[in-house]
Amino acid sequence: MKDAAILVRALRDPASTTALDSGGWTALLTLARAELLLGTLARRLEGIDLPQPIQAALIDARLNAEYQRRSALWEADCARRALTEFDGGIVLMKGTAYVAAGLKAGEGRHIGDLDIMVAHKAIAGAERLLLTQGGWEWVKEDAYDDAYYRDHMHELPPMIHKERDRMIDVHHTILPMTARPQPDAAAMLDDAIDIGNGLSIFAPEDMVCHCAAHLIADGDLTGGLRNLWDMHCLLSEFSAQDTQFWAQLAARSRHHQLQPAVQRAARLSARLYGTSIPQSWAKAHWHDSLFIRRILARDGWGRGSAPLTRLLFYIRSHWLRMPPLMLARHLWTKWRKA
Amino acid sequence: MSGTASPIQHYRAEKAGELIIQPLDIMTLIYHRRSGITHIVADPVPQILEIMKQDIVTAGDVMQRLTDIFDLENRPDSGAVISERLKELSLLGLVEMIDAP
Amino acid sequence: MRHEFHVRVGPAAFRIGSDWRAPIDQMRALYADYPAADFTDFTVRLEAARFLRRFLRPSAAINGDYRLPDAAPLPLGQGLLAAEMGMNLQMALGWRRQLILHASAVEREGRALIMTGASGSGKSTLSAMLGQKNWRFMGDEFALIDMVSGDAVPYPRLISLKNEAIAAMQKHAPDARFGPLMQGTPKGDIRHMVPPAPAIVRMQARAKPALLLFPRFGYEPAVREIDAGEVFMRLTQASTNYVALGEAGFEALTRFVQNIPARAIDYQSGEQAEALVNQLWDQLA
Repeated sequence: MKDAAILVRALRDPASTTALDSGGWTALLTLARAELLLGTLARRLEGIDLPQPIQAALIDARLNAEYQRRSALWEADCARRALTEFDGGIVLMKGTAYVAAGLKAGEGRHIGDLDIMVAHKAIAGAERLLLTQGGWEWVKEDAYDDAYYRDHMHELPPMIHKERDRMIDVHHTILPMTARPQPDAAAMLDDAIDIGNGLSIFAPEDMVCHCAAHLIADGDLTGGLRNLWDMHCLLSEFSAQDTQFWAQLAARSRHHQLQPAVQRAARLSARLYGTSIPQSWAKAHWHDSLFIRRILARDGWGRGSAPLTRLLFYIRSHWLRMPPLMLARHLWTKWRKA
Repeated sequence: MSGTASPIQHYRAEKAGELIIQPLDIMTLIYHRRSGITHIVADPVPQILEIMKQDIVTAGDVMQRLTDIFDLENRPDSGAVISERLKELSLLGLVEMIDAP
Repeated sequence: MRHEFHVRVGPAAFRIGSDWRAPIDQMRALYADYPAADFTDFTVRLEAARFLRRFLRPSAAINGDYRLPDAAPLPLGQGLLAAEMGMNLQMALGWRRQLILHASAVEREGRALIMTGASGSGKSTLSAMLGQKNWRFMGDEFALIDMVSGDAVPYPRLISLKNEAIAAMQKHAPDARFGPLMQGTPKGDIRHMVPPAPAIVRMQARAKPALLLFPRFGYEPAVREIDAGEVFMRLTQASTNYVALGEAGFEALTRFVQNIPARAIDYQSGEQAEALVNQLWDQLA
């Protein structure tokens, strides 16, 4: 098994898995777990007649996804209660938002930390309430990292809950402040949709913009298969609900300086998962294939493969986030401490 | 905003359907479905949750209902004890602090 | 991967991949009587940290479906231990089909004795020792509790003997098969022992839990009662998947605590422990 193509095929066409032998199933579930897509896959395969040992493993995966869903919603509720006195909007992000809104992208999804966004000027207030009312504390006290986060990042340093052992990331925008695209965080907050209890989620177009930014601009493409699955689900669901969706998405992504990122994510999602996207969006770019190769770089033992493409993207990811001189300074501090 | 709109804090218990309450010798287990968390509690926590029903109540109301049913002796610090328990329960998410009706 | 081995232990099937041959050969020999597995639930990988390290100073990083990010690699000579640790970790973090208790278990007449306690309590050695007497060994590390029936499901992995227990078991079970003696591991000397034949042949045969003991080694022989609330709390702490199992786990554990008598026992020698176990079994089980 050379890459993760069998995982993509199984997500795209669940019935195709009935042709797998036991070795194929072992590879498929190992890959899915390594890409944090096992719960998603297990939900996709629900209702298909499969051999008993496979069914048993899939039931485990669905149970686990249900546990993650429950915990994520509970963490959001705990944050809500800690922030009762907070004056301003609180937006749930990523997986927690998908399950809170009952979106297809949330079905079976792996959810780790709680990510929320508040206005930049209000972030100190949110921080204070979480620390004093909610029982969260800093993961580590480190002056350098702290200053680094505050000056350059799009979120506070992570906090962890003293008893529940769960992390919260508080953002004030969706990309580091040093990144070249500068999305309009204030507009995202203004247009967020209230889901009751004082919590909100991004409007559909902003949710897609965030997902694309997360995939293309903010990472080294680790977890790309899962992010693109999110993208596929969001695009399919939103475009089916609103005929104006694609036009609105184009306008909104331009406003956030994220049009190239959103278009690439849509193209990659179409190429991998068969998302239907407008003709005008579908024109391939020369390095889409490189992205695809990087995203599929994992073998049937769950090992990341193709180290050269990996390194390339790691450097690219740092380059995107930080101007070069700042990057050098950052690495130097890391080397000295190591 | 809690605690600012009214000098007296009001509370409402978690919906009964969200809680599985299981006595186990001198302790009581409470499984909270929404959070998936198991709480091991002592008296009078189960009694407090029971008599709160789904009503919006103050610590004083809770005290009154407890004395009505359980024939408690009303010591001067009893009110403070109930207040403390209610605050703890709200931190656990078993009771919600709400604005005065 | 270059070297590969599949094995079934109780309800779980494992795939072990290794950059080296030696650990796989050792596993093949020790697991010779265990059933093979086609589809596997979990993957464990023993990997050279870097390509060249495979030859230079070989040490095995323990990877797989679930891994601990800060787990130090083990010297290649302890590759078997690395594989066993990897398998334990997959069960602890990934298994959802039964409630997992960090406990040992033995069976007699279809009924199970479960022993749990911190490491050093002697629960593992006790189960191995009773397995040589008129009990069937069910497992020395995890007791799996079926959430519907309440049955104990066997998980008879290789018995992991530490330090003094190695010589003691070699005396008790001269005919048993042992793995290589691994010295200077993070836990001292370790040697694996193949469980007695009935443990392997009957690894699908479940048993009704009948008695729960909390043994403690190194104290004057004594038996103490424990409140049900404390038993419940201790078992939640001894379970690696209780929280993830949610309501089903709560119902199963509550029923277990309400139905199974529990005692704490102190002992200073295997003979004392055996006498206490038999006495309590006759009284309570």
